[in-house]
Amino acid sequence: MNVIPLSAFDLSVAAGLVVLLAILSMAMQLGLGKQIIIAAVRTTVQLMLIGLVLKTLFDRAHMAWVILLAIVMLSVAGYEVMARQRRSFGGWWGYGLGTLSMFISSFTIAVFVLIAVINVEPWYTPQYAIPLLGMMLGNTMTGVALSLDRLTSGAWEKRGIIEAQLILGYEWRPAVSEIVRESVRVGLMPMINSMAAAGIVSLPGMMTGQILGGSPPMEAVKYQILIMFMIAAGTGFASMGATWLGARHLFDERQRLRLDRLKEGRA
Amino acid sequence: MGDLSIKQLRCHHIGPVDLDVAAGQCVSFAGPSGAGKSILLKAIIDLIPNNGEVSFDVQSRKHMRASQWRKQVGLLPAESFWWCNRVGQHFPELNEQQLDWFAQLGFDKQVLDWEVSRCSTGERQRLALLRLLCHGPKALLLDEPTANLDTTSTEKVEQIVIAYMKAQQCPVIWVSHDRSQNKRIASQHYVLEQDGQLQRVAA
Repeated sequence: MNVIPLSAFDLSVAAGLVVLLAILSMAMQLGLGKQIIIAAVRTTVQLMLIGLVLKTLFDRAHMAWVILLAIVMLSVAGYEVMARQRRSFGGWWGYGLGTLSMFISSFTIAVFVLIAVINVEPWYTPQYAIPLLGMMLGNTMTGVALSLDRLTSGAWEKRGIIEAQLILGYEWRPAVSEIVRESVRVGLMPMINSMAAAGIVSLPGMMTGQILGGSPPMEAVKYQILIMFMIAAGTGFASMGATWLGARHLFDERQRLRLDRLKEGRA
Repeated sequence: MGDLSIKQLRCHHIGPVDLDVAAGQCVSFAGPSGAGKSILLKAIIDLIPNNGEVSFDVQSRKHMRASQWRKQVGLLPAESFWWCNRVGQHFPELNEQQLDWFAQLGFDKQVLDWEVSRCSTGERQRLALLRLLCHGPKALLLDEPTANLDTTSTEKVEQIVIAYMKAQQCPVIWVSHDRSQNKRIASQHYVLEQDGQLQRVAA
């Protein structure tokens, strides 16, 4: 079975729905009209571009190009993490914190799965490597952003409570442990929910795509399970890593709570 | 037992501050609001970035972990914060002496089961002092410890602090706007001026 090709007209019908949503939200004064349109345009342009990039990449699979694309994807994800926080760390920390933890967890897990589980030859075959990494990063990004946002705003709101414990001679770790736990929990919840609801409430996007593309359902399901596990592990490790690093950086070498290291975000 | 010694302490606009408080001595700090009395106390316990040398019992704070330093030099902030639901969860195991302090401030043992959110401001202020004393600091920095208290409670707080100071032979810095209180409890008096200079004044 072949995929039924979509024409430009088909897509503009779907775009009409988004425009309708934007108009409605403007009428309700949600202040989201502009954001919806910009996001929709970004989706279109970015996906078109990546389509072109993938087409070129699939034609000549070279490790350097795959890695370059992976780095670009990671850099953008790192920026998104920072931009989604109400208060993020200033300077390089703000960017590096999320990026580093996503790099370690997403890249390691993606390469591990490519080599040890899927066993594709060579391991960087772009048809496998890029979509896997993309799905990992997309979800990890959400988890890390949620965790860090909760961590920094939690520390900001509860500074009195944290400092009260430092004043009594507690170490920084117990003083911030409740906020750390809460932050990791917030980062992991979406993933746990989507694992629990998968197949019953929602049909995951990747599996749906494979089925639409003509794969046998059981093969699509197996890949989806693999992906879900990768994403769960990747999101979990990245959230934990970013939260831990972030919590550490909230304090200096004299165990002072340094909220001056945070800056107001736009989100 | 030991002296608290502050040399060339600077923080924001405050300082340089030089001050020695001997073991078993109480000094009072007064000064206009916004002069930075609370900031100065926080700088002494190294809770906010600052420069200078502070030592207790001839041991400099820079040679010990910050947490260790703050265990020795205990600060009672002007506003008290509580991180657990119940009062008792903020206290270590209590001995007879400590339960006696509770009684002197008008609390019986039941108070440990109270929910913090149901305590009044005055109750929280007294409980915060008890919480600090029960952690056993060797020097006391008290930031307006009787600001929200009536006359009776104020006297009780003064008595407990003085008794603790004498028993432990610890140096005490007491921040207060009440001149008659300062006269009662302190042997030396200082004013932190708006320009950040700490001046010794006569009682």
